[in-house]
Amino acid sequence: MSTGACIVGIGETEYCRKPGSGLSQLGLQLKAALHAIADAGITPAEVDGIMPFPNLGRAEEFAANLGCTNLRFASTIHMGGAAPAASLGAAAAAVEAGLAHYVLLPAGWNGYSGSRARQTIAEDVSSIPGGAIARDFYMPHGFTAPPQWYAVMARRHMHEYGTTAEQLGSIAVAMRTHAQRNPRAVMHGRPLTLEDYLASPMLADPYRVFDCCLETDGAAAVVVTTAERARDLRCDPVRILASACGQPYPADEITNRKDIFQTGLTIAAPEAFGRAGVTPADVDFAMIYDCFTFELLQQLEEVGFCPRGEGGAFVEEGRINLGGSLPVNTHGGLLSEAHVLGMGHIVEAVKQLRRECGDRQVVDSEVGVVTGWGDFGDGSIAILAR
Amino acid sequence: MSAYMKPLPELSGLHGEFYGFCRSGELRFQKCDSCESWRHVPRELCAECGSWDWSWHASSGRGKIFSWTVIDRALHPDFADDVPYAAVIVEMDEGVRLLSQVVDIEPERLEIDLPVEVVFDPVTDEVTLPRFRRAQI
Repeated sequence: MSTGACIVGIGETEYCRKPGSGLSQLGLQLKAALHAIADAGITPAEVDGIMPFPNLGRAEEFAANLGCTNLRFASTIHMGGAAPAASLGAAAAAVEAGLAHYVLLPAGWNGYSGSRARQTIAEDVSSIPGGAIARDFYMPHGFTAPPQWYAVMARRHMHEYGTTAEQLGSIAVAMRTHAQRNPRAVMHGRPLTLEDYLASPMLADPYRVFDCCLETDGAAAVVVTTAERARDLRCDPVRILASACGQPYPADEITNRKDIFQTGLTIAAPEAFGRAGVTPADVDFAMIYDCFTFELLQQLEEVGFCPRGEGGAFVEEGRINLGGSLPVNTHGGLLSEAHVLGMGHIVEAVKQLRRECGDRQVVDSEVGVVTGWGDFGDGSIAILAR
Repeated sequence: MSAYMKPLPELSGLHGEFYGFCRSGELRFQKCDSCESWRHVPRELCAECGSWDWSWHASSGRGKIFSWTVIDRALHPDFADDVPYAAVIVEMDEGVRLLSQVVDIEPERLEIDLPVEVVFDPVTDEVTLPRFRRAQI
């Protein structure tokens, strides 16, 4: 059975690289949060639930800065980039159970001007997925960072299913093409061709530079409440039909999975579709967490938009392009809009369902999917509808 | 000998026992005494059958490349001088897989299912890392 909760407010800061946001990590997120609260048409004091992104701030400091004087529900889903879409489910459950009336989900960072996502410093191993396993069995061999962890999965997929560099490249090009219709995107005005992609330097073979997400400064936030409260608010509510999350097995170690392509989404997606009462064929668009090109392809397969092994053909045929059968990341995603930790994907899905997307609007969109990917393959999915 | 500056494993607990065997030139993995499943990385109990009883067993040292990536841009400062280098997943004959590096295979010659065998790389007086080379026929 679908939830009765809705997203009633969205907010974003500007997204940028040089010269940087000029705000603190907390300040950026507060700015996005205030936009989302204003969009909802409520006051900060009415926000009584906050779900911060893992390791990017404490609910108490958000509350103290915003003036949320009655913080009753504070929780974080520890799934890295899968946290935002997973948090929609927890927030929906919280408002429906009466634990809170309005739950704020903020996320943001100075991913460009602050400590860079790309650098993994040995002293900070506690924040790495896998913890002591990564420290003792991966890092001594120079296996230290996300593109490397995921490159071995991409390589294996290429071996088993014949997935090609050109197919991965078609994802990078599609995201960049979408960003040309999004003035907020960092890569707006900077189109990319498949030739550019193939000529870009290798980072962690098979990943080239253009297979990798951007590193940007920026924040986004959404507000969740019940359908009943949503009726009295200023914007058209977007319904959270279902949200589910899951983990690969084992979640803390990549190499010894019996099925190296099984992620948290493999289990979460059918569960979410079942609860939402819709199927992948009913979905008008998808915002897929695109930390790297192959992860987008893999999630298309694990969600069930195409059978496993057919993701390469699916993207190469242009199905994920605007105008295709399943437009994906109409904002440009992490690859070409900005890296807002997955919250930008939720914001774009809401804009699509409110039909505020201008010349990148998916016509007559009724149902959309948002996914998240984090750590060593944690997965989440939210199914949203008008 | 110049100081070794790259990340090292901590030599405590089960991880330390694993590296202790490496230091004496042995690659050993845990094997469940009850259901005889091999496992890596070290775990407290057998996730297959639930048994707490296990022993360290010698590996054949032989396996094949399951997957790999050639790293052309180091994302950790201590590896900046090593690029390009390959990180490989080796599937051992016993079925367990481990993450390592290859010592004698050029990045462009890497391929899935390439047979490899373990060699031991004493990077410091205390720590020996298991690495892999092309299997000697």
